[in-house]
Amino acid sequence: MTLNTLKIADARDALRKGDVTAVELTEACLAAIDGASALNAFAHRTPEIAMERARAADQRIKAGDAPDLCGIPLGIKDLFCTEGVESQAASHILHDFKPEYESTVSAQLRDAGAVMLGKLNMDEFAMGSSNETSTYGPVVNPWKIDDRSLTPGGSSGGSAAAVAADLCLGATGTDTGGSIRQPAAFTGITGLKPTYGRCSRWGIIAFASSLDQAGPMARDVRDCAIMARAMCGHDPKDSTSADLPVPDFEAMLTGDIRGKTIGIPREYRMDGMPDEIEALWAEGRAMLADAGAKIVDISLPHTKYALPAYYVIAPAEASSNLARYDGVRYGHRARLAQGDGIVEMYEKTRAEGFGAEVKRRVMVGTYVLSAGFYDAYYNRARKVRTLIKRDFEEAFAAGVDAILTPATPSPAFGLGEMTDADPVQMYLNDVFTVTVNLAGLPGIAVPTGLDRQGLPLGLQLIGRPWDEGDLLNTAYALEQAAGFVSKPTKWW
Amino acid sequence: MSIDIETARKVAHLARIKVEDDALPALASEFNTILGFIEQLQEVDVDGIEPMVSVEPMRLARRDDVVTDGNQQTKVLSNAPDAREGFFAVPKVVE
Repeated sequence: MTLNTLKIADARDALRKGDVTAVELTEACLAAIDGASALNAFAHRTPEIAMERARAADQRIKAGDAPDLCGIPLGIKDLFCTEGVESQAASHILHDFKPEYESTVSAQLRDAGAVMLGKLNMDEFAMGSSNETSTYGPVVNPWKIDDRSLTPGGSSGGSAAAVAADLCLGATGTDTGGSIRQPAAFTGITGLKPTYGRCSRWGIIAFASSLDQAGPMARDVRDCAIMARAMCGHDPKDSTSADLPVPDFEAMLTGDIRGKTIGIPREYRMDGMPDEIEALWAEGRAMLADAGAKIVDISLPHTKYALPAYYVIAPAEASSNLARYDGVRYGHRARLAQGDGIVEMYEKTRAEGFGAEVKRRVMVGTYVLSAGFYDAYYNRARKVRTLIKRDFEEAFAAGVDAILTPATPSPAFGLGEMTDADPVQMYLNDVFTVTVNLAGLPGIAVPTGLDRQGLPLGLQLIGRPWDEGDLLNTAYALEQAAGFVSKPTKWW
Repeated sequence: MSIDIETARKVAHLARIKVEDDALPALASEFNTILGFIEQLQEVDVDGIEPMVSVEPMRLARRDDVVTDGNQQTKVLSNAPDAREGFFAVPKVVE
């Protein structure tokens, strides 16, 4: 049985034809998950919920009332609150937290008939690029080229590994600085970060509220389009959620990009960038040109300042958002000593509950927001953010439809290889993706090749705000041209 | 800008994260690495530029000022580390 290797679109068609049942699909995925503990992708398995939803989906399909995702087994990132099921953001401070409510995005997927297989491992509070900050331990990339264990990227590393290893047909991710696109590129799958405001943030554990956005991670562009349609939409419970209609993204996948203008930003050519990334980018450019697009060189002059601006704004928002973890309402509370008061309770609880990277970012955020530094750091970063967004607006105003860049500055690296590096070295993983979050734009990572060692590499396309349909179609054309079909060889 | 051990101690306290004295020098050093990276922002000419408030221009939605939720005491308290008699319990705050 290889039902767990199906694409969402093929599984949907097979379900509707009656060639396969949701129960069979779900059983195949549950068996694959049970056999893949070495990857550590699933932090919490929910086989009972999965089987119950699969049976309900089969009923719905029989009754002829089946949305696209009805009966499709998915993994849900641990950052999404799921009713009655552990939702810990991979943090010890939320140990055993079982929400009494369901996030809007996972509720929409559930209501569309999707089957939740369990909760996916990630970096703690989505802060990390290698999955090594998780309280559950790191996820291991299913791609392997020697005796090293490689990172699947982060923060949505469990989602990426689970999709790449055929443990589920698709997964939810979230992206604050590249957390969907970087792990997608490291594992040879496709990941879409929609426009800020497309997916409701309600019930998704907050990291940096002005940057966080949920999105689909799946085997190809079509599957991402199918998932995105079910995940997006207006939600009165998120005041930044956009009240705009959600188009049928899949119906927009024609592969015809003749006459489209693709921008190549010169500032994304970094010093010390590996030749293979440079070559991949040039190939992508040629593929889109062959498909009939017009390629233009563009300039996004403030690109260099995106990462430093991000590492002011994201920690500042995190320091505020994570203030809620105080040992009072949910999660871990430290054991107190005789005479300890409430301040000791807060300080000990947070010291025990948060990992090193989360503490570092919360404290950096506290510092940049503190009296005397607010203008020098936080306000200045927000002004630079305005300039970064303006760079993109000017490119789009000049007629650019989409922008092509590398997705990551390197292929997947080994777990533990960055342990001794300073934190900034790890932050550089997001150098190509973080601009998109600061500007609120949609971005997608598409696998387009292998490096000479045999590891997947991806390109990123950046689109106009609210035009995910057009972006997905450009990505579809790139996918068709690249013809990437490699899969990791099973070793786990 | 350089962060000394006293500043690191103050920031940790403001963030309500207990950091042992012997860990403060390493923490201050990490802060300095990160702040050194952030320092690049001082190069940018931001004269006359408005700080971004909302990434997509949108007016925050308003709703009628009416009660739409409530009466969920059990659910609200269900994950509390210490809940008693319908309240969250904490160490004594006022002597």
